[in-house]
Parts: sequence; C-alpha cells; structure tokens
Amino acid sequence: MVGYFTRLRVRRVYRWGRRQPTSFHRKLNTFYFDSLTISVDGQPGITTVNPGDYVLIEGDDDDYPFVAKILEFFNDETHNQKMAQVQWFIRWCELPHKNKKLLGRSPHPHEVFYYLGHSCDNEINAESILSTVQVQHIPASAPFPESPTRDTLYVKLSWDTKTFKELDPALMQDTLVPASPPPRPKPFPHCSPPTASLLSRAGRSLPTPDPMVMRRAGSAVPARVTMSAGKMGTNEAESVHSAAKLSASKTLSAKRRGRTAVTPGVRKKLQLSLSASPEKGMTGEEVLCELLDEEVESEKVLAIKLNSSPPRSLQHGYSLCNMSSGRKPPSLLGQVSLTPYSINLDRLSPSALGEQDSSRDMMLGVAPLLLEDEVFEAALPTDTGFANTPKKRQATPRRKYFTGQKATTPSRRKDSSVMREPALGVLAEEDAENSPMQPVAMTPRSKRKSAQLVASRIRKQLDLLDSTQDLSDEDDCYVPSKKQLQSSSEEEMEEEEAAECEETRVRKTRGRIIKAPATPARTPRKTPSKKATPSTPRTPRDAIPSIPSRTLPARQPGNILEEARARLHVSSVPESLPCREQEFQDIYNFVESKVMDGTGGCMYISGVPGTGKTATVHEVIRCLQHASDIDEIPTFRFIEINGMKMTDPHQAYVQILQKLTDQKATADHAAALLEKRFSNSAPRKETTVLLVDELDLLWTRKQNVMYNLFDWPTRRHARLVVLTIANTMDLPERIMINRVASRLGLTRMSFQPYSFKQLQQIITSRLNKVKAFEEDALQLVSRKVAALSGDARRCLDICRRATEICEHSASLPSSTGLVGMSHVMEALDEMFSSSYITAIRCASVQEQLFLRAILAEFRRLGLEEATFQQVFVQHQALCRVEGLQPISTSEGLAVCQRLGACRLLLLESSRLDVLQRVRLNVSQDDVLYALKVDRD
Amino acid sequence: MSKRKAKKTHMTVGACISQVQTILRERFCHQMLPEKPVGMESQYKHLLELLKRTAVHGESNSVLIVGPRGSGKTMLLKCVLRELLEVTEVKKNVLQVHLHGLLQTDDRIALKEITRQLNLENVVGDKVFGSFAENLAFLLEALKKGDRSNSRPVFFILDEFDLFAHHKNQTLLYNLLDVSQSAQAPIAVIGLTCRLDVLELLEKRVKSRFSHRQIQLLSSLSFGKYLDNVISQLGLPQDFPDTKFSEEWNDSIKRLCEDKAVMAVLQKQYNSSKDFRSLHMLLILTLSQVSVSNPSIKPADLLEASRVCGADSKANMLHGLSILELCLIIAMKHLNDIYDGEPFNFQMVYNEFKKFLQRKSHSIYNFDKPVIMKAFEHLQQLELIRSMEGSTANIQKDYQLMKLMLDHNQVMECLQKYPQCPTDVKQWAMSAFG
Repeated sequence: MVGYFTRLRVRRVYRWGRRQPTSFHRKLNTFYFDSLTISVDGQPGITTVNPGDYVLIEGDDDDYPFVAKILEFFNDETHNQKMAQVQWFIRWCELPHKNKKLLGRSPHPHEVFYYLGHSCDNEINAESILSTVQVQHIPASAPFPESPTRDTLYVKLSWDTKTFKELDPALMQDTLVPASPPPRPKPFPHCSPPTASLLSRAGRSLPTPDPMVMRRAGSAVPARVTMSAGKMGTNEAESVHSAAKLSASKTLSAKRRGRTAVTPGVRKKLQLSLSASPEKGMTGEEVLCELLDEEVESEKVLAIKLNSSPPRSLQHGYSLCNMSSGRKPPSLLGQVSLTPYSINLDRLSPSALGEQDSSRDMMLGVAPLLLEDEVFEAALPTDTGFANTPKKRQATPRRKYFTGQKATTPSRRKDSSVMREPALGVLAEEDAENSPMQPVAMTPRSKRKSAQLVASRIRKQLDLLDSTQDLSDEDDCYVPSKKQLQSSSEEEMEEEEAAECEETRVRKTRGRIIKAPATPARTPRKTPSKKATPSTPRTPRDAIPSIPSRTLPARQPGNILEEARARLHVSSVPESLPCREQEFQDIYNFVESKVMDGTGGCMYISGVPGTGKTATVHEVIRCLQHASDIDEIPTFRFIEINGMKMTDPHQAYVQILQKLTDQKATADHAAALLEKRFSNSAPRKETTVLLVDELDLLWTRKQNVMYNLFDWPTRRHARLVVLTIANTMDLPERIMINRVASRLGLTRMSFQPYSFKQLQQIITSRLNKVKAFEEDALQLVSRKVAALSGDARRCLDICRRATEICEHSASLPSSTGLVGMSHVMEALDEMFSSSYITAIRCASVQEQLFLRAILAEFRRLGLEEATFQQVFVQHQALCRVEGLQPISTSEGLAVCQRLGACRLLLLESSRLDVLQRVRLNVSQDDVLYALKVDRD
Repeated sequence: MSKRKAKKTHMTVGACISQVQTILRERFCHQMLPEKPVGMESQYKHLLELLKRTAVHGESNSVLIVGPRGSGKTMLLKCVLRELLEVTEVKKNVLQVHLHGLLQTDDRIALKEITRQLNLENVVGDKVFGSFAENLAFLLEALKKGDRSNSRPVFFILDEFDLFAHHKNQTLLYNLLDVSQSAQAPIAVIGLTCRLDVLELLEKRVKSRFSHRQIQLLSSLSFGKYLDNVISQLGLPQDFPDTKFSEEWNDSIKRLCEDKAVMAVLQKQYNSSKDFRSLHMLLILTLSQVSVSNPSIKPADLLEASRVCGADSKANMLHGLSILELCLIIAMKHLNDIYDGEPFNFQMVYNEFKKFLQRKSHSIYNFDKPVIMKAFEHLQQLELIRSMEGSTANIQKDYQLMKLMLDHNQVMECLQKYPQCPTDVKQWAMSAFG
C-alpha cells in the first residue's frame, strides 16, 4: 500500500461526474454537481466522489491529510474552480497540544473527531481532494475494532474546540450510506434554506429591499418546501425518527450549553443542521426550529434582534409566507420539531410561552427569505434584557456585503465563497457583529473578518509537517534531506518501540512505579508504506514529566505579614499591571491589528531587567486570548521561546516546531519544516503570535536564526507576529547585520525603568489593601530602588525581606505590627551594603597584617600590583613591629590564598607560587578604613 | 550487677585511650555536626525560617550563603536541614538536589544530575539523555507543571555557587532562578560560596531574578571563645564509659589550655586563621601522640604539632638536596642579590659556582659541567627554580632564563639546619658578595 499522493507528486485530473450540473443557483451564479471523478495520471481506474463520501484533503502534512465529508459540489461563479462544501473531521495530531489531555485516554491511531468548531472554512477547492476514505462511527463506549485497515478511520467523539463530546450517532448514521443526493430540479438547490447566504446574495445585489425580489423569494421557498415535504412522505418514518433524535440530543446539548450561553454553540448547530440536512431531507422548518432552539437560548443572537426597527411591511410579508410554509409540512413533523423547541424556551428564555410561539412563527417565516440583514434582525424574536452593543452589530454586517460586492482583489474568490456559503455567511456575520470596533472603522475589517474566520481553522490542520509516507515516489520536492531523515527516523521508531517494551518490562520487574503515559509527546509518525499492516497503537514514549505532588497540602498564609509576603512574591500574578498601561495598549493594538488583518509583523521591545516586559506581553496575550474566546477577534496561537531556556540558538527552531505542531525534529529539519510552513499557503491557518524572549542570545555568527525569525512574518501567507524582547535598546544596531535589522523593522518600544512613584504604585496595588507597610517605609524602598536600578523585582524582594525582619522583631514591645522604616532600612542594608569591609574586620590577625603589608608595598612601589615575594618581605617586617612571631612562607601563602578565595585579593594562578602577583579587589581607602576601626 | 558496673567503669588504660582516639578522630576528621552551630545563631534562624517557608508554604526563594573557607557554610546548611527534616510535615514533602560546582562542571552534567536526583529519569527512560537541549526542555517542563500548592518543594543546593556562574550563558542559574521567581513548582535555590563578589559574576538578567538575600558567615570569634571551643573539642562526652578516666582527661585538657606555651601556640593559630578546620588539623596531630605511655596531652605535644603544621614546605625540601645542588642554590641567591631579583640562566650560575670553586672552596669536588647541568635540571624539576618563558623550545638549555622560587631567609635557615654542611659553603653563603 502506498501512501496518499499529493498533487505535487502525481497529476490528478478532476472532472464532474456528470457534465450537466444537477442544479443551478441563480443568485449565487453557481452550478451544483452530484459527483466528482478523479483520475490519476498513469493509473487506471477512476475514483468517483459523491456528496456524503468521506475524503482526504491535501494539507500541509502528506502523512496525515485532512479528513472531511463532502456535503456538496459546485463550481464558483467564474465556473473555473471546482469547489466543495465539506464537514471537517479533525485528527488527533491536529488538536492543539494543550487540549489533548481533555480526551483523558490515548487516541486510536485512526481516530478522528467530528469537528464542531467554526473557525474553519467549510468550502474547499475540490481539486485538493486526494482520495476517498471510510469513516466509521463507533459508539463512545465501544472498543475500537481489532484489526484496523488503513483506509478506515473511526469517529467516536466530536470536538468543538473546547471539549470533546460524544458524537450524536444521528449525525453520522445516515451519512454512512453515501446516498446520491436527491435530484434538485428547482432553481433553489439547497435543501436547507441558507438564510444567510440568500440574505447575503440578496444584500449584495439589492442593497435596498426590492418588493419584487422579495416576493419571488417568498414564493420560491414554499415551492421548495413542498417538494421536500413530498419527498418526506416516502421516507417519512426514518427522517422523523432521526429528526427526533437529533432534536432530542440538541436539547440536551443546549441545556448543557445554556449555562455558558455563548454564540459558538449556535453557530455549530447551524452549521450542523445545515450540513446534515441534504441527506436527511429535512425540511426548512425542521432546520429552522433547531436554529431557533439554539438561538433562543443564545443571548447574543437575541440581542441582535432586539433593536432593529423592522419595517412593518416586510414583517408582514414574512408572516404570510410563514403561514404558507407552516401549513405544508406533515403535522407529525411539526410536532416533533416543535416540542423540544418549546421546552427549551421554557427553560432557557425568560419570555412567556405565548410570545415564544409567535416569535417562532415569525422566525419560521422570515428566515428563509431574509433579504437583508436588517430584515433578518427585525424579524427575529425579541427578548429584552440581553442587549449588548446592538448598534454596532446592526451596522456591521451590512458593510460587509458592500465590500463583498466590490471585492475585485485576488482574495475575491475566497471572499465570495464566504458569501455563498450558508453556514459561513451566518458565521461571518455574527463575527462581524461581535467585533468591538466602531462601525465606521469596520468597512475593511468586516470583510477581512469573514475571510479570516474562514481561514483561521487552518492551524488545526497544520500539524505534522514532516515525513512523507511515500518512499518509492519520493521526489524531494520540499526538503532535500527528507528521505534520508525520514527513513532513519522510521528505523529509530522501530527500535524505540522494541526498546520501550524492553524498558517497560525491566521497570516492572524492578517494581518501580511507572507513570501512566498521559499523552504521546511525540506524535505517532508511523509510516504506513513499508508495513503491510499498520502498527499497533504505540505506547506513548515520554510522558509529561512532573515534580511529584506533595503529600501534605501547603499551608496558607496565617497572618497579615505572611499574606503580604505572598502577595509581594514576584511570582504572584497581579490582576493587572499598573504603570504599564501605555505600553500595554501599544502592544495590544499592534498584535490585535495583526491578528485581525491576518498579516504578520515584528516588534522589538527593550528595557532593563525587571521592568515588566515579559509580564506585559503575557498580559496582552491573556487579554487577546480572552477576546478570541468570546469571539471578538479570530483565534490565534501563542508560542513563547526564551533564548536563555535553550542550549543553542538553533534550538529555537526545534522549540517553535514542537510548540506549534508537537513534533520533534533536529534543528536543521525543524528549520526546513518551519520554512515550508510559513511560506505555504495552506488552506486552513490561523495567526501565530511568537514571543522571543532574550533575543540577544539567539545571536549566531551568520545570524540566520534571527534572520529567519524576522523574515517569516514578511511572507505573504505566514500570518506570523513576532514579538522580541531584549535588554538593550540599540540591539538591532549593535549586533544585527543590515538585512536582519531591516527585517526587524522599526516597530520598537522601550520600557523605561520604573520611577519611584510607579514602584510605590506597584507595591500598593500588589498589597491590595492588605495593610502591612507604613507609607514612609514604602516610599523609602521605592525611592532607593528607583535610584539604583528601577527593577521591580528587587523592590518586591526588599519588601518581602522587610516583612520577615518585621516578623522577627514583632516580639519587641515597640513594634506596631506594621513594617516600618527601621525594618526597611535593615533590609536595604542587607541587600545593598558591600560585605568587603565587614569581611576585612572579621579577618584573622595575620590576614589583616597581610593586607597592611600589601598597602605598604604598593606605597613603596607606587604601583597597584606586587608579587607575593615582595609583599611577604613587608609582612615579615610588620610581624616584627607588631611583636608577633613571623610566619613561614607556606603559612604566608595560605593566608594569601584565603584572602584570594573570598576575592579581597586578586591573585594569579597559585602555580606561580611566590612569584604570583597580588592586587587588591577593594579600594585602598576601604582597607585602611576597615583596619583603622579595627584597631580602635 | 554492681560487679558488672564496676567492671565497666574500670577499663584498662589502653582501652580508654583507644576509645578516646576513636571519639576525637570522628569529631575532627568526619566533620560531625555540632549540636548547635556556634556564633551564627541569627543566620541559622534566618535560613531555617526561609527554608521552612518553602517547605511549608510553598514559597519559592533564593539565597546565598557567603563566607570564607572553613567558616561553616555547609555545616550551617546541614544543621538547618537536619532540624527541618525533623518536622514530619517537611520530611514527607521536600525533595533535595545537591549540586557541586566542582563536580557538575557544566550545565549538561548538572541537568543530568538534577534529573537523576529528582528521580525523573524513570519517567523518560534513558533515551532522553542523549541531547542536552531535550534534557533542559524536559526539566523545565517538569518544573513548569508544578504549582505552588500542589507540587513538592525542591531544595536546590549549589555548592561552590560561583563556579556555576562560569557556565555558558549561565543557563542553569537563569532557569533555576526564573522558576523561583515565577508561579511554578516551589523551589529554594541555596548557593554556597566563599566569594564575596559573587553577585558581580551574575549576568544582569540572572542577577535581577536573584532575590539578593545573602547570609554572611563572617566569624568575629574572640580568642576567649576560640579557647573554649578548643576545650570542648578536646573534651570527652558525658556518656564516656569510664567516668573516672573521662574526668581526669577533661581536667587535663583544662589544665593544658591554661598553660602559657599552649596559649601562645593557640594564639598563633588563632592569629593565622579563625576557622576550625586548621585547628582540627593541629589537634589531630596532637592527638596522634597520645598513647598508653603518654595517656594525656602534654604541652610539648601541642608544640610539636604546631611546629609540624607551621613548617615551611620549601625549607623541608632543601634539606634533602645534595651539596652540589645546595651550592647552586647559593650561587643563585648571590645572583639575585647582585642583580636585584632579575632572572638568570644556567651559564651565569655555572660561572658563579666556578668562581667559588676557584677562590674559596677546599672541600667541594670540581664537578664537570654536565653533572652540574644535571643538578640544575633536578632543581628545576623540584620547582625550586622556574623557567621564565612559557615556551622553552627555541632557546638552548644553558641560556634559558630562570628565577629562584626561594626567599633569602629560607636559604639561610636551611643552611643552619643542613646536616654536615661544609663550613666554606656556609661562609660563602653568608658573605655579602660572591
């Protein structure tokens, strides 16, 4: 069995199965087809792909192409591109690393997850389809089949970018039989009424509601419904069954989600129901009911509907058509879909039941023929109390359509596909609505948004770049050394496997505790080409290491001083970073704009240690991640590397690759893979934000690490934002060669050392009303630190030490329990005072004498340096003066070495014996001062 | 019963002596921890509190213990750990990692050692240890996984801390101190060093992450205390089997320390160094002279020990030289006097020696030049003379510049003690100019 041939390897020819399109969407100007045939050059046999089939889609990783189910085929408006709408499945290796543990078990190598996320473009170029594949649904409790064949993948769970859920079998069940789609003779080909897409099309062609078009749309939908309803008659039982199941499960999940009440849920369902409908022959009503189910519970969508002022006449028209459509479907169906709906409402929305009914009616009628977003909003059920920023929302989607209309740039194809796509239309719209920006600024944004959102799913698919599985056909198109690398890695893997078994056995016999391997840190890179049968699921190699957990719990702070100390510890993360608002805003704006635009860029941040550079960036990322969680901005991925935390600059590649795709590689290989990744225009991608801390340590002679880091963001498809941090302001000028510095650009920011007021504010905000310090004491600390370095860490450490000193002296009667000036003074003394003078005072008599001899010898020579021999002569003389017994040369040397060891003296290598030269490491005045006090 | 007791209390002198030797040797050589560290109570308390907070509250800390050699840094730390581990709450929780700057000479070795001591290698198998980079990433990952309240606190004890500062980029220190300043597994980094300027060795980023806590161990021990310490060090414990003997012994020690000569010896020792290690050296030499025939320490024993301790190693070496070699040394000394310490070569020494032979010598045999050369080389091997240039390859042996590593006094002293030194050689040495 050879691997999947990518397009680069083998030429594939794609044709529509039947030349004649099955249907034509007049508004969208697209033709729909019922099958696609793929013939491979030089190989007999033609693969036919029908909607409902599962296919492999070319991605970044040739070993693990993306998996998806075809929903329908069409061509784009230019009739040149073959497009397909798909439902994605996500592989284990495509999951973000941090989420992998959510699964709670090790995955089957052939396991995929039903993707319920919304950050991926559901529309793909049909020519990226590689081949068909079998996807089999297995109940969550059932085991995986014993002998998996390579071409079958298994799905148990669904993944909605946050959690794994048991997959509703209804979603898979009926799609398992790849039934050819029902003939669609009507000009409206979509089984499910694609509200948003219709809307968007209409919006584009008719910016103002045109009664003619409205009427036509109104009449068209009932006709279609009739058709599908008629079809329902034949397989009514089945579809009703499935619909019931579906809506029941929906209700369940809706309940679950009701608590969090976020829009993604709605979107997912929308998408789901839409995608599921063609096969099921569900009526528009059903779909809408479900939509409504979701929408009612979701405050956001409700909020949209609130404050649009609906034109009366339009609404009327909708209710008319509602009636007509409401009459047509079989009553049974109506009931089935209605019941869960009302239950739902009952539980989740505070509005009265009657209201719900009417609103549902309205919704049912309106949705199919929404012509414009305003209308859409107007017609949706109203429920006050959930209004969030509705004004903006109202305005934004409109703009989008305008821009969509105008779009003539190369991105047009993508853009327009978004418009056409029913589910995505809604997505894009909602997203645009959610964005917090001002409506005026939205014109380019909203367009970008939709495009971005569509593409932001890319990351999920981007994992595992390496190892082509196909050795025989290798043509070294990407990495010259790939073949070699890969084959060696393969051998290595086999060895490792063997070694692992061995190891496990050995360990077991030793009776040690083996940590249950939680996740495979190394992604299973099995290459199916050589082995006829796929390898058994390997035991993951290295578990995530951890410090054992403590047997007894940590004690909580007991009194105010302990509490203060805990808060003052540098590690305790404050809620917000005071005194860095401006810097925070600048970085935030920079990153946000790049993430929004889907472009890349570099930023250089400098500042002395302890001025909050890294903390501010982390804060920014936290905020942005929060924003992306509530869908204000597209999701992005944050990666952090630190020059100090790697052993060699080239390890940067390895670490980036590992954090990005969770895969291990050598530095060279990783560099090649990253290069490929950032220069490819992969179909699914989201912005990566890379933080490079301690940049100066990535310096190499040729500076290629830095060069690459700054060059990638400039690539067109990279979508990489690089934030770099170092200490010196002029680092680019000092150590970078021109081409590197030029790529870094001029977006720079420097963090000034904190002033004493800022330091004071930092401490105060950290203490957060815990009264442990006297005001004066705080001021003293902050002034002292500001004068010396402006290092916030130092400031906090001193405060912490002061609390300790205070605690120790708490038994004294004079203490007030607060940290006062005296305590702070003591702490400052401890930390800042030089210990040389104390050390001299505490030295033994001979050592002091030796220092004096040095001073005398220096004075005699007029130099700051003398050999031991010379000094020792003076020393002997001094001994006699002081009335001490002279010491031998050996003892003298020992004295000298002792002083040298604590660096009061600087000595040459002791091999030179009496000839070694001696210098003082303290000023002569200090020595004199220390010795004089001693004699008093 | 009483009989047995009587038997027990009356051990033979030999048995008692051997018992004394065992107890005291253990004390001096094995560096037994004292009951309580002397003269560093505040430091003891500070360190104990600090480590307790890490162990109990999970608060990360970093501290340096600074003091000259022999000032009791390790002893202090060990005493603190001993007391800390008596608390069961601590004992069950704390992990310790001991590193030594002289053993872990680079970060790669140090990382392996840390992983080994934390018993993390059974998680990974032995393959990971192939790569330094992976190892670092692995350890950081492990530490990052932890958090303040759930992970066991780890004490990282870095002996000879200053040597770690010489590692490339100070990667290990940066990472350890960074962990101690961030919300990861609670760790305490304890550095022991004798360098007072250790903070200047740290790179600015590493320095910023260090908490700047230093515990200074600078003993300001007075001579009285020093003397008390000597008595307690030599004294026998209460539970010594033969009470009568131990009382006698302790009395004799007290009397010994009141002796004038002994006081002078101890004063000299105290003047030269206050640390207890050199004192132990002196006492062990004294102790070794105690025998059945000499059942208590006499002042003479201590004087002898002091003489041995304070002996000049070079002077001792001079006693073993042949007459010819000694003559060469004297010739070199004269050259040093004439040219004021400028380096000389073999030819100059040879000429000087020849002059002496021709003019003054009666007893010294007229050696051939190769023999003299051989003697000269022997001196060089003993490092009594030292070649000035680093590379000696180019220059002919006779003309290599050399320097005498001896003092004028050392030579003269040696001549006094040299057995059967010919008088003409002595006179030659004493005469001002050759």
